[in-house]
Amino acid sequence: MKESTIVSLRDISVDFDGDPILVGLDLDIRDKEFVTLLGPSGCGKTTTLRTIGGFVTPKSGDVFFDGVRINDLPPYKRQVNTVFQRYALFPHLNVFENVEFGLKLKKLPENERKTRVWEMLDLVNLTGYDRRNIDQLSGGQQQRVAIARALVNHPRVLLLDEPLGALDLKLRKEMQIELKRMQQALEITFIYVTHDQEEALTMSDTVVVMKDGDILQVGTPQDIYNEPKNAFVADFIGESNIIDGVMHADCLVEFAGQKFECVDTGFGRLERVDVVIRPEDIKVVSPERAPITGVVESVIFKGVHFEMIVDAHGYKWMIHSTRSEQPGTFIGMEVDPFDIHIMHKMEVEG
Amino acid sequence: MKSKAAAFPYLVWMLIFILVPLGLVAYYAVTTPDGTFTIDYISQVGEYTPVLVRSVWLAFLATVICLVIAYPLAFIISRHSGAGQRTMVMLIMLPMWMNFLLRTYAWMTILEKNGLINRFFAHFGLGPFEMINTQGAVVLGMIYNYLPFMILPLYSIMTKIPNSVIEAAQDLGANARKVLTKVLIPMTVPGISTGVIMVFVPSVSTFIISRMLGGGGNLLIGDLIDLQFLGNAYNPNLGAAISLVLMVLILLAMSITNQFGDDEKGDLLK
Repeated sequence: MKESTIVSLRDISVDFDGDPILVGLDLDIRDKEFVTLLGPSGCGKTTTLRTIGGFVTPKSGDVFFDGVRINDLPPYKRQVNTVFQRYALFPHLNVFENVEFGLKLKKLPENERKTRVWEMLDLVNLTGYDRRNIDQLSGGQQQRVAIARALVNHPRVLLLDEPLGALDLKLRKEMQIELKRMQQALEITFIYVTHDQEEALTMSDTVVVMKDGDILQVGTPQDIYNEPKNAFVADFIGESNIIDGVMHADCLVEFAGQKFECVDTGFGRLERVDVVIRPEDIKVVSPERAPITGVVESVIFKGVHFEMIVDAHGYKWMIHSTRSEQPGTFIGMEVDPFDIHIMHKMEVEG
Repeated sequence: MKSKAAAFPYLVWMLIFILVPLGLVAYYAVTTPDGTFTIDYISQVGEYTPVLVRSVWLAFLATVICLVIAYPLAFIISRHSGAGQRTMVMLIMLPMWMNFLLRTYAWMTILEKNGLINRFFAHFGLGPFEMINTQGAVVLGMIYNYLPFMILPLYSIMTKIPNSVIEAAQDLGANARKVLTKVLIPMTVPGISTGVIMVFVPSVSTFIISRMLGGGGNLLIGDLIDLQFLGNAYNPNLGAAISLVLMVLILLAMSITNQFGDDEKGDLLK
């Protein structure tokens, strides 16, 4: 990984009408990476993006760009460009003029403007659409214009605010791959805001998981998925069974009325913990020799696997399995020690 | 075909109350009282050129000043929340619920020699200022009475411009001035042309405002027409001829502003 930091947020706090949105946020974004800010709506991810873009002035804290403090720099002087949630294209201009907008303001000569706009339209697969009006384009095409309009300025950092939110699933998947391709081809830092965990895992070099104006975890998609820091991250990144447990010793945890061997150490003796087990890590076995038993409540076919909900003494386990059991069947469940993830309980806030 | 049947009453209405009167005006304009054809009246209109020029000039001034006042105001209103917008639009409409004459009379008492303003300045030993019976007073009356007609179309088109479009322009390197000239104004051309027509047309043909605030020296084309029909000059044929000329002038002005709107692709934002 390249190590140079391009954007730094230091102790950023933002209020809207007295409501705290971001509270003492620290974040470093490395150059030429695809970084995703991931979190549920209202977690402050868009506000973080807008702070970098210059549309939100933080109440306190500093924004650094390439080592220079840019708090007081207005948006039009920053070396970043934004792809807005609802595209925000200019309806009075056609496709070509929309993309050309930023270059015209920079007073570039006409030939260069033309070359760069053509190049961009080619990159986003809109060659031949240059004379179209904006209202003659589909949502996906408008999205591409918005991306081209931002990228044509050769920004150091491209900010994307849930750019694929309004597209249908198939188009969204295609665009995810294309965005990743563009980011790698152009070697630009992308900062991408989404609430879609799958999108975040697919595209990112680094995922930043946010909640309530705070950063919970920063890491590679693999880190975030395999080693979530707490139950919230685990639950937000893919589906999880989260059970209350008690640590008895290193590598020994009690939950669901049993003691289990696990691989986590460093917890206090008899500390209350969250035990996180991914649905695909639970094996269905015969009930006689199984540590956990329960009755299958429902089975849903999900394509690649079956999703079963199993009721074990009131706790509903979610299991992903390639084989299905009839609802009402009494089954046993088993988990390997390294698939049991132990996490500190999240501190109760305010 | 149903829609055609539904349109029938309106067609009859238009025929009786718009086309027939228009035809009558045109007829009177080119006939003598005996009913013989003449273009004398039309050519006589030329004698009133100074009045015509003054009318167009004052209406033009009022329209431009209305635009300058209304544009920022409409933008500010459109950036407020729903409740704030409704309150402000209501406040703008409020004076219009009062009688037009009453409002203009109110200005007379404010501007006249012993009016509010002059009495105020008299305390400081200043004045009296000559305010009433000036062209300035006429323009003021036009602005005061017709300003809402400029604000409302601008406001209604501006509410359709999302903040993100303005932010996108800033993001691409536009400072405040460029946002205005490259994005805001081009996107609001239809509102501007509607507002201009709605202020210019009644201003250019008004006679109440000029008579009450302009005194005898500031005869406008509206006063002239009024004089031919209801005044001592009584000459309906000449009045009709002046009306016809005025109408043609307004139509020309309107088609020019419409042309401008089309050029800027303003029709995208209906």
